[in-house]
Amino acid sequence: MNRRKFLQLLGITGGAATAVSMGARKAVAASGARVEPDRNAVGVLHDSTLCIGCRRCEAACARVNNLPPPKDLGDAAVFDAKRRPEVDAYTVVNRYDRNAGKPIFRKMQCNHCLEPACASACFVRAFKKTPEGPVVYDPSLCVGCRYCMIACPFTIPAYDYHKVLNPLVHKCTLCAPRLAEGKLPGCVEICPTGALVFGKRTELLDLARERIRKTPGLYEDHIYGETEVGGTSWLYLSPVPHAELGQPELDTTSIPELTSGALGAVPMVAALWPVLLTGAYAISKRRDRIAAEEEAAAVAKAVSEAESKAAEELKKALAKAAKEKESALAKAAQEKDAAVAKALAEAEAKAAKTAATEAAAHEPDGKGER
Amino acid sequence: MQYPSVIRETLDSARNQAALWRSRLPSFKELLLSIPRTPANIVTAAILAMGALLTLLRFTLGIGGISNLDNVNPWGIWIGFDLLCGVALAAGGYTTSAACYLFGLKRYHGAVRPAITTAFLGYLFVVVALHYDVGQPWRLVYPIFVSQGTTSVLFEVGLCVFIYLCVLLVEWTPASLEWLGLKTIRSFVVKLTLPLTILGVILSTMHQSSLGALFLTSPGKLHPLWYSSFLPVFFFVSSMFAGMSMVLFEGGLAHRFLHHKMDEAHLHSSREIALGFAKASSFVMAGYLCMRLFDLAMNNNWAYLGTGYGLLYLVELLGFVALPMLLYAFGVREKRFGLIRAASLMAVLGIVLNRLNVCLIAFNWQLPADERYFPSIMEIGLSVFIVTMIITAYRIFAHFLPMLHEHPEYKDAH
Amino acid sequence: MQPEVFTSLQDFMLHTKSITYILMGVGLVALACFWVFLSGRDEDIRKF
Repeated sequence: MNRRKFLQLLGITGGAATAVSMGARKAVAASGARVEPDRNAVGVLHDSTLCIGCRRCEAACARVNNLPPPKDLGDAAVFDAKRRPEVDAYTVVNRYDRNAGKPIFRKMQCNHCLEPACASACFVRAFKKTPEGPVVYDPSLCVGCRYCMIACPFTIPAYDYHKVLNPLVHKCTLCAPRLAEGKLPGCVEICPTGALVFGKRTELLDLARERIRKTPGLYEDHIYGETEVGGTSWLYLSPVPHAELGQPELDTTSIPELTSGALGAVPMVAALWPVLLTGAYAISKRRDRIAAEEEAAAVAKAVSEAESKAAEELKKALAKAAKEKESALAKAAQEKDAAVAKALAEAEAKAAKTAATEAAAHEPDGKGER
Repeated sequence: MQYPSVIRETLDSARNQAALWRSRLPSFKELLLSIPRTPANIVTAAILAMGALLTLLRFTLGIGGISNLDNVNPWGIWIGFDLLCGVALAAGGYTTSAACYLFGLKRYHGAVRPAITTAFLGYLFVVVALHYDVGQPWRLVYPIFVSQGTTSVLFEVGLCVFIYLCVLLVEWTPASLEWLGLKTIRSFVVKLTLPLTILGVILSTMHQSSLGALFLTSPGKLHPLWYSSFLPVFFFVSSMFAGMSMVLFEGGLAHRFLHHKMDEAHLHSSREIALGFAKASSFVMAGYLCMRLFDLAMNNNWAYLGTGYGLLYLVELLGFVALPMLLYAFGVREKRFGLIRAASLMAVLGIVLNRLNVCLIAFNWQLPADERYFPSIMEIGLSVFIVTMIITAYRIFAHFLPMLHEHPEYKDAH
Repeated sequence: MQPEVFTSLQDFMLHTKSITYILMGVGLVALACFWVFLSGRDEDIRKF
């Protein structure tokens, strides 16, 4: 790919489908904002029918990023094992063998998604999707939680597991600094066969469709990266189904959309739970209060009932006692009278008897006293 | 409130306490030597020493030097077990305090302090574990104070855990304050119980569910039997019976090993607590099983049940949720406390299995065997070290603090 | 007036979620205060 070819390609205009993630539109449909990716955002088209597996892109990438040069360039044995990007190799090319015909090569690196999972997952905002296209990383913020590595559907980020002092995440940068200077990404610039084409994403999609249309049967009728996880900046054309080149089969839903529901529920809990929980507390407090009041009322009632009952009993007892006293007094008086009368009668009788005895003693009959 | 007098009172209290300690306690060296050389203590000491060594290795060799983590398996047992299980099992704090203070179930009073202590220690040591797992632990405060990644579920987890740890610390202090004799501060803290309990339930709901939401990012990596849009709900609901089962399980252990530290009131209420929590857990587990079943049906995942992962799924749900649920039910109906205790252990193991399944076993299920993760011996050692520290701290608290009994000067305290 | 345009959902969510978190904090405090206000003149338990 040289400068001239690149500029030629830029001349292709025509129906530029915006390929805005449908989901993104949906997610913000209810809101007062618009989500519109920058129409000038760049991308790279990788055509596996043109890739010869020379790995010069790997070497250029290492040069541009000050990484150790890739080992065993030119040695076909390297392709025997599938490789993936590492902390010191931001891009790798793998070989995929076919039953009949030549093997196919595919370059692998960060795809710079339109809705990057890493940026969504990062809890310190170390990843940022720039409007120009590249997803960039800020090493001064990274805490090393590695959630970006969990979230990335392509499992691209690599981590410095063996560093203690400043371990970082590593991935392709789409040569953002070079782009800012108007240069091409290192890999694209060095590619000898034109397997890598750099340009506006919208135009690359047109180019890819054009190629499929012009040579039907040569390509799989699908541009990988057009809609996968909301669309990626890196697009792929392949002669065989993309899955056979190790591309993960992904839905069109972007990763940020997958978590937006759960994230949305959180503020609702913060608003609703205080109401529900305070309500539960108030209800249980009210139940306690009513129980306490009922208990107090019951106690008071019982006390007053007991009191009035006691008073009544006392009254009855007093009345009874008074009556008994009265009858006892009356009886006593009666008895006294009777006793008095009896005593009187006895005294009279005795007196009469004495008088009779005296009278008899005074008669002359010789018996008398002495 | 008169601030100068409070300050004076606190300082006096503190000074008296310090004097008391100095007169009562021997030097630190003598204190260490006075620890009885029981088998448990010797094992603890050995594990703590191993932990110190592992700490040194972690911070000289890096994470890669002591673990089997790699670019395809970035999270291992430090996240899967120490973080996920640790937080789920510490849920007893919010469930117990909600039951007692919000729903007015005063009979659970005796379980609150141990549950809050467990929760506090659980969350504290989750933060400790993170210092080992994360690449730059000195930057752990960045998400809260430097650069807030508000689109991240992990941000929400971090923020909630941080705030909740503060809430738990305050909720935990009354026992220590009683021990220290700081009356005025203690009475102020106790007044905060209600708002802190409500805040605790809110925060717990949010982060328990968010821990499940973490995995929503990876539909391609998590096996369909576990991946669901309802992962947050599953994690939250299961945290409820995880916490209650942990309270029951710990209560059983405490009865066996810390019996001498419990007073009459505590012993008496523990039967009621066991029955109440067992009944509640059982019912929540029933609801949870229905949710998992409906999710299976809605996603039409029946065919997976016939696979190896399907077997694991059935073991997790039938063996470690349905079975303890039934054991709880029988235990409650027949008042059999041994059964309840056994069920609580099974339920706790079931939660551990679920979290490990979601994070480690059913995660990356499609990768070939040689790319799958298994923890290294040192990773396991570090997890054992952290759990040991939690248990040891708990034992120390139970020994010194009025946790399982009432402090004589604060009769109606708890 | 032109509504704000964001170049990605990520961008949009970063903006909205940041505002939302701050509002959550304010909201919790406000709810607590409002509850105290509502309960200001409640009667005590009658104890006869």
